[in-house]
Amino acid sequence: MLGLETYRLVTDMNRLLALLFHQGVLDEQFLQLQQLQDESSPNFVSEVVNIYFNESEKLLRNLRALLMDREQWEYKKVGVHLNQMIGSSSSIGANRIRNVCVALRGASEQNNRLGCLRALDVLEHEYCYLKNKLHEFFHIEQQRVLAAGIRYPNPVQQQQHHQNHP
Amino acid sequence: MAKKVKSSNKSKLSALVVDDDGVCRTVHCAFLRRHGFETSSVESGRQAVDLIRSGQKFDIIFMDIIMPEMNGVQATRALRAMGVKSMIVGIDCDLDYINEDFMQAGMDRVYEKPMTSEIAISVHQALLNNNIV
Repeated sequence: MLGLETYRLVTDMNRLLALLFHQGVLDEQFLQLQQLQDESSPNFVSEVVNIYFNESEKLLRNLRALLMDREQWEYKKVGVHLNQMIGSSSSIGANRIRNVCVALRGASEQNNRLGCLRALDVLEHEYCYLKNKLHEFFHIEQQRVLAAGIRYPNPVQQQQHHQNHP
Repeated sequence: MAKKVKSSNKSKLSALVVDDDGVCRTVHCAFLRRHGFETSSVESGRQAVDLIRSGQKFDIIFMDIIMPEMNGVQATRALRAMGVKSMIVGIDCDLDYINEDFMQAGMDRVYEKPMTSEIAISVHQALLNNNIV
């Protein structure tokens, strides 16, 4: 039976996820990633998401530098960066970010510089929102793991205790 | 085009993931390992060609399509020209937008990202089926 603290934390996690799904920020792919998490890779989702954050920050910096360049429009490089961000976002279920990248790609193809800069602003905003929410999610998950560890003794220790005190 | 899989001694099928993005490499390998593959990964079409030219063999190659320098279509053509018979599966976003003749280049299948359990199971089954005499 879950302790009250753990129950509250699990409820908080589920509520946060439900909100992100409802807003379209995350999609079903995030659940597929959670299903890959098991005893052999207990932190899989947070590890992948951290890789996503590190890679995305580089991509966003590069995109801003490319799009702010008044002299040369490196259209092909913008396309490659956007393709990478669309791929990584869809791989973790970052649905809204993926959609904004597609819109930015459309503006880039039309040589719509102003449209691109506006879409980039939206993209950076969406990225910050997702990052904050997922940090919150993993923070609650960490607290849940700690709470469960404190409440339930180590199964190995429990077995040894029973052996010593039949 | 996909070679018959030797079933006698191998317990697991081997997959090579080719993708310039670290998130995709990690996610693709995780799904594939969950569904019975041993996985390796490289960051570019060029690295894939060099790795296989050095003698490494794989039952299946998952090939990202849009990559800088050598893209997935170019890498696939190069591998087929080298005589590689492994199953090659293209996987990228918005395949209609990319607008390439993937099959003509030598790919056996193409999928839209994201990688899912369904894709991993489907290709695993296809490789096993190729081995049925």
